[in-house]
Amino acid sequence: MILDGKCPTGPIEKSWDKHRFDLKLVNPANKRKYNIIVVGTGLAGGAAAASLGELGYNVQAFCYQDSPRRAHSIAAQGGINAAKNYPSDGDSILRLMYDTIKGGDFRAREADVWRLSQVSNNIIDQCVAQGVPFGRDYAGYLDNRSFGGAQVSRTFYSRGETGQQLLLGAYSALSRQIKLGSVKMYNRREMLDLVVVDGVARGITCRNLITGALESYAADAVCLCTGGYVNVFYLSTNAKGCSVTATWKAAKKGAFFANPCYTQIHPTCIPQAGEYQSKLTLMSESLRNDGRIWVPKKKEDVNKRPEQIPEEDRDYYLERKYPSFGNLAPRDISSRSAKEQCDEGRGVGPGGRGVYLDYADSIKRLSEKVICERYGNLFEMYERITDDNAYKTPMRIYPAPHYAMGGLWVDYNLMSNVPGLFVLGEANFSVHGANRLGASALMQGLSDGYFVIPYTIGGYLATVKPGGTNTDHAEFKKSAEDVNSTTNKLLNINGKKTVTEFHRDLGKIMWNNVGMARSKESLTEAIKQIPVLRDEFWKNLKVTGTGAELNQQLENAGRVADFLEFGELMARDSLHREESCGGHFRVEHQLPDGEAMRNDADFSYVGAWEFKGVGKEPELHKEPLKFETIHLAVRSYK
Amino acid sequence: MSEHKTMTLTLIVWRQKNANDPGKFETYTAKHITEHHSFLEMLDVVNEDLINTGKEPIVFDHDCREGICGMCSQVINGAPHGGQDRTTVCQLHMRKFKDGDTIYIEPWRARAFPIVKDLIVDRAALDTIIQAGGYTSCHTGGVPDGNTIMIPKPIAEEATDAAECIGCGACVAGCPNGAAMLFTGAKVSQLALLPQGRPEAAARVKNMTEAMKECGFGNCTNHYECQVACPKGVNVKFIARMNREFLKAQFA
Repeated sequence: MILDGKCPTGPIEKSWDKHRFDLKLVNPANKRKYNIIVVGTGLAGGAAAASLGELGYNVQAFCYQDSPRRAHSIAAQGGINAAKNYPSDGDSILRLMYDTIKGGDFRAREADVWRLSQVSNNIIDQCVAQGVPFGRDYAGYLDNRSFGGAQVSRTFYSRGETGQQLLLGAYSALSRQIKLGSVKMYNRREMLDLVVVDGVARGITCRNLITGALESYAADAVCLCTGGYVNVFYLSTNAKGCSVTATWKAAKKGAFFANPCYTQIHPTCIPQAGEYQSKLTLMSESLRNDGRIWVPKKKEDVNKRPEQIPEEDRDYYLERKYPSFGNLAPRDISSRSAKEQCDEGRGVGPGGRGVYLDYADSIKRLSEKVICERYGNLFEMYERITDDNAYKTPMRIYPAPHYAMGGLWVDYNLMSNVPGLFVLGEANFSVHGANRLGASALMQGLSDGYFVIPYTIGGYLATVKPGGTNTDHAEFKKSAEDVNSTTNKLLNINGKKTVTEFHRDLGKIMWNNVGMARSKESLTEAIKQIPVLRDEFWKNLKVTGTGAELNQQLENAGRVADFLEFGELMARDSLHREESCGGHFRVEHQLPDGEAMRNDADFSYVGAWEFKGVGKEPELHKEPLKFETIHLAVRSYK
Repeated sequence: MSEHKTMTLTLIVWRQKNANDPGKFETYTAKHITEHHSFLEMLDVVNEDLINTGKEPIVFDHDCREGICGMCSQVINGAPHGGQDRTTVCQLHMRKFKDGDTIYIEPWRARAFPIVKDLIVDRAALDTIIQAGGYTSCHTGGVPDGNTIMIPKPIAEEATDAAECIGCGACVAGCPNGAAMLFTGAKVSQLALLPQGRPEAAARVKNMTEAMKECGFGNCTNHYECQVACPKGVNVKFIARMNREFLKAQFA
């Protein structure tokens, strides 16, 4: 099937304004007759639930944490992009769009990226009005910093905790609507199924994580704002509870999963210290503003203290290879370069899996005080984890799985191919193409939640009668029975291996074969190994306790069961995409200098997969990508 | 991975099946722990051992494991989050302990935080306080350009200091009165300091403090334990500011 993104036509500058005008409206008195489910309360979900509630819809919002304020958007450190051009350094909506399309290696839709860039400015205004304390200059105006993949300063920030402040802004707007009664909030609920009636999304089945009870909720539209899937690698920068479960359950009910092979490996994370490790910690990309990345030139120097290695024996490889972007080269390129250095035996620290991020020059140039003001909390965090003082000795960093550019396929209205199912934020595939630039995740989450879905969902709801289905419908009963039987199955295997052991095993398969450098051999190997591990999981899993209580192992077991199916799809998508682009690097497809080699003639499309059954080959549907505003070009940061 | 010396520790952990169970302490041994384990990773190791011997693992709240989501919540040897300056449990590392140590692990204890299971408590009361007024009532869209609201840098910085709160509830757990004054004071102050928050400042402080009382939180008697417990270093001066705002609101 050739998929249609239903993008507006005509001049790109007018595309969103024209589309907004063309969308049907729901009159204010009718809005309250419509029920909308929002799953997930991060930037996308929190902003959507608050805005839709404010418009007058009946919103039911769900999160697995004990409060909507805890969604993992909160952990974003560095900042949020906007095309305000406050520093007058040449920025514009078009330039933000250009940078995002190029940063994504020409694998995103132009119209979606234009819209994102256009509303980026509204987001900053909205957050300021909410009382989000952005960094200010001494005149009292909003301050900007630089981020990877851009030559302008367009990143707004709040210390090293921008995600926290933006999320708390959305959470406060959401709290206001909860108080007003327009949003009913359900904490500690995990969505375990999407209910589809006659081909239309009509509700969800949840597990109450405190009592274990299964609950059904019906609505006229369902918005999934459930984040990304890089915990498929086990070790990642995501929160422990992040999973593919909500989107994968939707995929199993017919929603297409687009570009799952596009995963972002973030270059600046604290290297792994041991087998027991449960997660990897990211150090904001903003650190690269003032830090210089290097490894010893000589392999024999890797075990020396960094201070003992003289300047001439250091290789500042990013500055050498990418003189115009230097240490601010985009994430995919920086990560791959770090891996190359380590593969060549010049990595530092345990296992040779690390590179230095050095502040000595900046401290000399700016003083320790200035560096402390800019990054103090990050330096503190680094010291707590590693026991090293980064003011005195360089940080050690290594890439780690961080973000999923792939996600459920959506059209321009953020609606999936299942009518009534909308997908927002990281959970969809829409704007980042094959690689996301720094400070763009927050932008997308809030764009989708505050400024896109409030318009586009109305366009859909105006075409359907409110209250079309309730939870008495047979499909809700069937869904609950299916979830119940899976739960019982997980509890009654009584095997010998814990959920964590299985997750770790899957993570190793994924990292070694579907990680930063992929090949036909490695991917074929993954496609062979994952089903074997999956079989073992269903025969040898050990979960103690029951389903009728708070049972964290059972929660994790369900998530890992889904990763064991989804991981295979990721490998298949990577195998089919015979090119290198952004975060997807196939060793067979590289330029003589080791850079990614795209194949625009054959792969300039969105690859959206239709689920056909566990262990069965999924069916590929394509949405061709057209580039009319930004011309296809080799992506160079040299 | 490099070899590390390992530690063996005795854990005395609060176990409670559910809200109605009286609960009790149980003793466990944590083996093969290195200085690089985080506290939660140490508990992961203990839990894997428990599961492998068919026993119920210890349940505890956690999510981001990088000190920002505010989900983790344990009283360790009497101190919320373990007593390391500006550190959540998930960021506490085992290098702060030594081989042979005995460690007491308990949930937050406060009237407003009923225990759900083992180390997990119900902190919905904190959401209730925010819902009572922890926001500016701006609409989505229809707001002015961000740079039309100028904020002097020192004010912006102070508002950010208040906004550091991650809503973990350690301040409540640390307070002998089970008060949520630091939590509430931080939000009241953040918004009272900013021009965007001024129009509703009086109603906000009244409504939020009222919600605080209704939820069963105690009052402040200047112990400053909250500030010591706070993993984000939120200062008690924000309680003083809230009190001033509260007084002003009486005449508003």
